[in-house]
Parts: sequence; C-alpha cells; structure tokens
Amino acid sequence: MKEINVQDVIPVVERLCIESCTLLGEDWWQAIDQAIAREESTIGRDILSQLKENARLAATTSSAICQDTGIAVIFVELGQDVRLTGGNLYDAINEGVRRGYTKGYLRKSVLNDPLIRKNTGDNTPAIIHTHIVNGDFLKITVAPKGAGSENVSGVKMLKPSEGVEGIKRYVLQMVEEAGGNTCPPTLVGVGIGGDLEEVALLAKKALLRPLLQRHPLPHIAQLEEELLTMINKTGIGPQALGGRITALDVHIEVYPTHIACLPVAVNFQCHAVRHAEAVL
Amino acid sequence: MIKITTPIDEATARSLKAGDQVLINGIIYTGRDAAHKRMFDALKAGQELPVDLRDQIIYYVGPCPAKPGQVIGAAGPTTSGRMDAYTPTLIREKYLRGMIGKGGRSPEVIKAMRDIGTVYFLAIGGAGALLAQRIKKATVVAYEDLGPEAIYCLVVEDFPVIVGIDCQGNNLYTIGRSQYRQL
Ligand code: SF4
Repeated sequence: MKEINVQDVIPVVERLCIESCTLLGEDWWQAIDQAIAREESTIGRDILSQLKENARLAATTSSAICQDTGIAVIFVELGQDVRLTGGNLYDAINEGVRRGYTKGYLRKSVLNDPLIRKNTGDNTPAIIHTHIVNGDFLKITVAPKGAGSENVSGVKMLKPSEGVEGIKRYVLQMVEEAGGNTCPPTLVGVGIGGDLEEVALLAKKALLRPLLQRHPLPHIAQLEEELLTMINKTGIGPQALGGRITALDVHIEVYPTHIACLPVAVNFQCHAVRHAEAVL
Repeated sequence: MIKITTPIDEATARSLKAGDQVLINGIIYTGRDAAHKRMFDALKAGQELPVDLRDQIIYYVGPCPAKPGQVIGAAGPTTSGRMDAYTPTLIREKYLRGMIGKGGRSPEVIKAMRDIGTVYFLAIGGAGALLAQRIKKATVVAYEDLGPEAIYCLVVEDFPVIVGIDCQGNNLYTIGRSQYRQL
C-alpha cells in the first residue's frame, strides 16, 4: 500500500494544464511535417506551415496554442494499492485546474449551469473520468477540449446489420458535416461498441493515443487506415479550404457490446492535439 | 499577397476575390456573441451604436488574457455562424465592410454582403499565438462589462487572412472542396 497525499496532486495538475495548452507532442511535429509533404493545395500547405509556426511561437513564449483553451477533461488511473490522504482527490484536481488556468493566462470558458450560463471565472469544474487499475501509482492525463470540434461530434446507435459499412458511412457523414468547424486537419476519434455512454468515452480516449500510431488489433488498424484514406478524399483539406489533408489521423477504440447493439461515436480533435500526462 | 488598410471603401471590398490572401493593417474591432446581441438590440430599440462600423472590419474573437508584457493573449477566430442572426442588420444599416472569422455563413448574410459590398475573411482557426503577434495594441472601446467579450479596438500589422466569401458570393469553402474531392 502506497500513500499519496492529494495536496501533491494540485501542482501536478496545474503544470499539466499549462503544458497541454502551450506545448504539442513529438508526434504532432512529425504528423504536421508529413502533412505538409503530402498536401497538394498551395493554400493548404501555407496553412499547415502557419500552424507549425503558431505551435513554435506558443512553445517558445509559453502561450496558448489556441485561445479556446477548453474545458479541462481529466483522465485518472488510480492503482488499487494506493491510499489517498490529505483531502478529496477531485477537489485537489479542481484546485490544480483553477491555478493552472489562472497562472497560465489561459481562457476561462466554463459556465456554472448549462441554462443560467454564468462563467465560473476559473475554468472549474473539470470533467473527470476515473479508472481503477492494478498497481500503486496515480496517473493523471489532462486533455483540454475546445468547443469548435466538440460541438460537431456525435453518437449513433447503428443496427448490427449495418456493420462496417454503416460505421464508415456515419464517420464520413460526420466529417463532411463538420467541415471547417473542427479547424482541420483533425484527429478523428472513433469509438465502436459498448453502450451509449461507453462508446462516447471510447471516442474521446482514442484522441489520447499518439498520432501516426495504429491500433494493436489488425482488423481495427486496417479500418483506421481505410477511414483515413476515405476522409482525405473528401477534399475538405486544411481549414476546409480544399486539399488533401483533412485528417492527420484516425484512431479507433473498441469494447465488447450487446448482441443487438452496434454503437459508434465520433469525437473530433482539432489540429491543436492537446494532452499532457504525469504519474505520481 | 494583397495589403489593405482600414477603413476600406466599397470599391476595395468588391475588388477582393475568394481565395485572395490579404494582409490587413490599421484598426479592426472585436465582437462576438454577447457584443453582437447588444448592438442588435440597440439598433432595434432605435439607439446608436457605441462605435461607427462604416467601412470597418469586425473580428470574431474571444482572446486569452494577456500575460504581463503582452498586448493580448492567443487571439484566433471563433465560429462565425453564431453571429449570422445579427450580421445582416450590421451590414445593411451600418455598412459594416468586413468580417473575420471561421466557418460558413448563412444565405441571408451572403445576400447582404452582395447587396452592400462586404467581404468575409477567414483567419486560421487555432493559430491564436501567431495571430496575437500581429496585434500591436488592444483597447476596450465599448461594453467593458462583458470582459473578454467586450468590443476592443485592435491595431494590427500585416494581419493574415484569406478571402472566404467575396462580394459576388463566391465561396472558397465550396470551390476548394470540389477541386480536391475524389469521392
Ligand atoms: S476547434 Fe480547436 S483549434 Fe479550433 S478554435 Fe476550437 S480549440 Fe481552437
């Protein structure tokens, strides 16, 4: 049994909020270079280069990549051999978000109530998903989610008879309808299986896998490739102004499902593929 | 690359074509959801607007707070569609000459743009850090109580935009997409 004082979580979450909003990962730099090399449209290539320059500027000045620094979505993996002390874990996480968004000069975009719509002023509360795992560690991933790409995401409960073709049709329809609102090129997260809420969560988790990495299951990896090729034939392109690179990648996550179900979810991640993690 | 300096007259606006890459110099005004609603309500109530929009450009943006020493935080465009309900009134009654945002516009907005000679520019969505560097000064000029949604007057230098929809109604989103479509 290992003890973790939740007070130690606060500075970690604070740092992760700032890091995720200002720094993009190695995988992103590789993916954007590959995209520039493959883009055929001149305006498209120009846009991709400007996105690269933007990311460089954000990193060197430690300022936000995009002004919509999102609502903080936080994934917690809690080892079952950990004993938490010093207060409530979720309170500590929210305190970290509060400090990170304030000290990092990040935009506060969270409202107290979906209908009253008053800004809470400190970007709390976060959306927290917790999983109990084996081991004696606490892993925290912060993934700020902007509204442009979230608002055009969705879930559909397909009939099992619609099969893989139904999934492809739905994903493509979502990409076409989203157009420029997702700030393409995007990372397209797809969830398949589970039930209504599980499939949405799968799609979101799919966004955490590094770009240009395939799913370990061969039939899922193949479907990722097929979807990516299809999406990049829509012609939507960077910023939806026409071109080859509509998506940087497609990631799928799957889960067992009911005999009568084939749920599918699409969660878009704009080009600002933001997440940062730490293990305590 | 075409350079323009605000205010821009109708002839200049009409000379710009969808797909043109433009650098804007001079002043532009910010305004998003709440400021638009307030301007719209003021006009409906027969009141004057706090700023003269004639031949000016509105930028749909809600920036990050400025760090010490910075003029403004990340300042990329927000989705323009949310302003569509208010925009035709600003174009027709106040001769608003340009808008900067991202995403498509409604047929009513495009009709007003054609009638009056107003251009819709696109800034790169999510390039907030880069765009903030081209903003040299930011001053609140109206609706201060709206915080980040207040109307700011921005002094910009070579602010990079692309003509998304021109005064003839040509739409770069549809032109571009069909050019590269392989399905
Ligand atoms: S979709 Fe992403 S890049 Fe575009 S404005 Fe929203 S958060 Fe920024």
